[in-house]
Amino acid sequence: MAAVLPLSPNSPAVQRLLLSGNEAVARGVWEAGTRVAAAYPGTPATEILETLSRFPDLHAEWSVNEKVSMEVALGASMTGARAFCAMKHVGLNVASDCLMTMTITGAYGGLVIAVADDVGMSSSQNEQDSRFWGRFAHIPVLEPADSQEAYEMAKQAFVMSETYETPVLLRLTTRICHVKGLVTVGEREAHEPAGFVKNPQRWVMVPAHAKVRIPGLFKRDETLREVSETTPLNILEAGTDRSVGFVTSGPAYMHVKEAFPDAPVLKLGLSHPWPPNKLRELAAMCDKLVVVEETEKILETEIKAAGIDCHGKDILPSLGELSPQVLTPAIDRLLGKPVPPPAPAAAPPKLFPRPPTLCASCPHMGMYYTLSQIKNLIISGDIGCYTLGAGHPWNALDTTICMGATMGVALGMDKGRGSVDKNKRILAVIGDSTFMHMGMQGLLDITYNHGNVTVLLLDNHTTGMTGGQATPASGKDIHGRDAPKVDLFKIVEALGVPNERIKVVDPYELPTLFKTVREEIKIEGPSVIIARRPCVLIDEFKPTRPYLVEEDKCTGCGNCVEVGCPAIHVTRRDRVVKPSGKEVELAFVEIDSQACTGCGLCVQPCAPDAIQHVSRRDIPIHIVKTTSSS
Amino acid sequence: MSSDITNILVCGIGGQGVMTATEILAEAAIAQGHDVKKTEVAGMAQRGGVVTSHLRFGRKVLSPQIEPGTVQVLLGFEGAEALRWSHYLRPDGLALVNTARLVPPVVELGLFEYPDDPTGKMREAGHKVVAFDAMSIARDLGEIRLGNTVMLGAIADYLPFAPDVLMACIDKRFARKGEKVVEANRQAFAAGRDAVAKQLAATPA
Repeated sequence: MAAVLPLSPNSPAVQRLLLSGNEAVARGVWEAGTRVAAAYPGTPATEILETLSRFPDLHAEWSVNEKVSMEVALGASMTGARAFCAMKHVGLNVASDCLMTMTITGAYGGLVIAVADDVGMSSSQNEQDSRFWGRFAHIPVLEPADSQEAYEMAKQAFVMSETYETPVLLRLTTRICHVKGLVTVGEREAHEPAGFVKNPQRWVMVPAHAKVRIPGLFKRDETLREVSETTPLNILEAGTDRSVGFVTSGPAYMHVKEAFPDAPVLKLGLSHPWPPNKLRELAAMCDKLVVVEETEKILETEIKAAGIDCHGKDILPSLGELSPQVLTPAIDRLLGKPVPPPAPAAAPPKLFPRPPTLCASCPHMGMYYTLSQIKNLIISGDIGCYTLGAGHPWNALDTTICMGATMGVALGMDKGRGSVDKNKRILAVIGDSTFMHMGMQGLLDITYNHGNVTVLLLDNHTTGMTGGQATPASGKDIHGRDAPKVDLFKIVEALGVPNERIKVVDPYELPTLFKTVREEIKIEGPSVIIARRPCVLIDEFKPTRPYLVEEDKCTGCGNCVEVGCPAIHVTRRDRVVKPSGKEVELAFVEIDSQACTGCGLCVQPCAPDAIQHVSRRDIPIHIVKTTSSS
Repeated sequence: MSSDITNILVCGIGGQGVMTATEILAEAAIAQGHDVKKTEVAGMAQRGGVVTSHLRFGRKVLSPQIEPGTVQVLLGFEGAEALRWSHYLRPDGLALVNTARLVPPVVELGLFEYPDDPTGKMREAGHKVVAFDAMSIARDLGEIRLGNTVMLGAIADYLPFAPDVLMACIDKRFARKGEKVVEANRQAFAAGRDAVAKQLAATPA
C-alpha cells in the first residue's frame, strides 16, 4: 500500500513528512552523505536500516550481529567515509568490545551509533539504559525528543564526530523509534571519503599506542563538556512558575512540557557530557529541581555529585516509561499538593490477557507440540519468536537469557548437573538467525568439550521476530537481491557434530519429528536436529487450502488445541466420566478458515480424524499478512 | 495548551489493520494543517497481541501518549479490546466498536474467560457506545478487506473536520489500484458512516 507521504529520497528539497523516529534517523543519516550503514535487526531499532536500504548511494547491510555491524562502520570511518550502525540496547552489549577500543582510535569519517533502548520492554529480555555507555566509553550522547530532533541530531552527530574525532552515540527509546511526527527534511549532501591514512599509532591498538591515546579521551570529555555549555542542543527555558524546575532529556522532555508548560526546563539534547554552569543557572532560578530521565538515575547521580541538590528517582520510577500521567501526581506530592484519587471509570477493566503467540502454520508449533509431549527434558532457549514456546499451551522452554546463550547454558547444565538431574535430557533450542548471530560459537563449545546436548536448530530462513529480515541462510541480502546462501548442515558438521548425528526434518511432519527427537536425545554426545520450514511472514511461505472440523465427527478430545494454533477455536466444552471413573474435560472445536493456512499440524493428533480439507471453491483463501512492528 | 488537542485511540489486535487505519487518520489531520503525533503501544503486535494506536493532533502536540480519561473517540476493531481501553475515554467520549470477537489461545485453553458482552460492559460503565459488525458490512459489499474502510467511515462524522477530508486520503491510498477499488472503498466508507448514524438516530443520547 503506497503511503500518502512517501519517504522518497528524490523528493523536493524541503518538505514535511510524517516519519517515525526510526525513519527520521535514517533520513538524517542519508542526508549526511553517509556511505556505509549496518545493523542486525532488533526491536525497536529495526526500521532504521530497513529505511536506509531503500535509499540510493550508500551501502546498507544486515550484519550477522551488532559487533560486526559496528566493526563495518568503524572500517568505513577509517577510510574517511561517514559511517553508521544501529542496534537495540542489548545489541550494544554485543558490540561493546569494539566500542571500548574504537573510542581510543576515534573516528576519522563521521561515525555514529544509534542505540534504541526498549524502555517499557515491549519486546526485550531486559531494560537497559544505554546512556551509561557514553560514560564508560567516553563518547558524547545525543538524545532526541521527537522525530524532527531525531532527524536533525542524526545529521549533527556526524559533524560532532568529525570535529572531535569521536564516535557519537545517538540514544533513542521505543517512544522515539515508534512515534510518528512531522519532519521537515532536506537534501543529501556530498561527502567524499578523504582516504585511509596509514597510522599505526592510531589504528593498531597495542598497549604502547593505547597508553599514548587514552589521555586524549579525558581531554575530549572536557572539551565536550565546554561544548555542552554553548551548544544549541542544550536549551534553558526560563518558564514563569519557578516552584519546580526540570532537567530532562529524550522523550521525557515532551512529557514535562505537556504536564508543566510554565516550569523552567533545561532540555539536554547533548546529555553527556552535560553543562554544569547551565545546570547551576537553572538550580538558582527555581525552588526545587527535579531530574526527569528514562530510565536509570544517571544525570541525577552526577548532578548530586556536582553538589547540586535535586530530586529524581526518589519520586519517579526507574522502570518503564514516564508520561505526564506519571509526572503530575509525583510533582504534586513533592509540592505537598493534594493528589486526587483516580476516578473509578479511569481504572482499567479486568480482562483476559492477550499475549503474543505463534502464527497459524508457524513451523515452531510442530516442534513445541512435540517437545510438550516428551517428559524428562530440560530445554534451554534463546531469543526469537521461538521464545514464545515458553508460553501456553506448550510450556516447552525452560531458560532464555540473551542472543546465543542457549548453547552455553545447555552445556553448563550438562556439565554441572548432579545425580538429581542425571536422567534428564538436555536440549538447546535456537533459530537460524540467532545461530549465525552468536550461536555457532556455543555449538563449537559443546562439541569441543564433549557436551551431551541435543540442539534443535529451527531454520525458518529469516529473522522472524523482527518481521522477517533476510539472513545469510535465506540467500537474500537486505535489498532482496540474491546472496550466497550458507548451508547450515555444513556449518554444523564443520563445527564438529558427527555427520550421522545431524538430522534434517520437516517440522510439519509430527511423527518423524517425534521419532527423531526421541532418538537423538538418547544419544550420548552432541547431536543437531535442523527443523526446516519457511516462516509464514516471508514470501517463500506458500499457504495451502484451509482445513475445517467436521462437527459430527469431533469428539472433543482437545488434542488439536494442544498444538496451540490461533486458528483453532473451542465452540463448546463438556465434562464426561469415563468407564474408569476418571473425569475428562471435552473441548469441541472449529477452525477459522480465514486464518488457517493449511499446515496440517492439527490434523495429525486428531483422534477421530475429524479435520478435513475445505474445498477450494467453498472458501476463498485469504491471508492477512502483517508488517513488522518490532 | 492541550485544550485544542484531539485524542483518538484506535485499538484491536495484530493483523487487523489498526496501524494503517490510524496512519490514514493522521494523514487527514495533516491535510487539515494540524500538528500530528501517532504512536503505537507495546506488545509484539504482529503475533496476535494487543495493538493500540494513539493519535493526537492540534496546533502543537507535545507528548505522543494519550492519558486515560482524555479520549474523544475510541475506534475499536474488536469488542474485548475496546473494553480493555475504555477507561481512556473521557466522560463525554464516544466509542465506535466493531463487534468482532477474536478469541486468543489462552481463552481456548480454558485458562481465561472472554466477556459475554464487552460493549454492554462499556455501557454499564457509563460510556457512550455504538457497536456495529464491520466485517459483515464488508462481506455484504463483497470484499472482507473493506472492513478497515468501513471502520474509517464509522469515525468520519466524529472528527473535527469534514468526512470528505478523510475520504480523500483513502482515495489517494487506493488510487493506483484503479477506479474499481476506489469506488468499492467509497461504498465501504459510506456504509460505515451509515451504520453509526442509524444507530445513533435509533438510540437518542
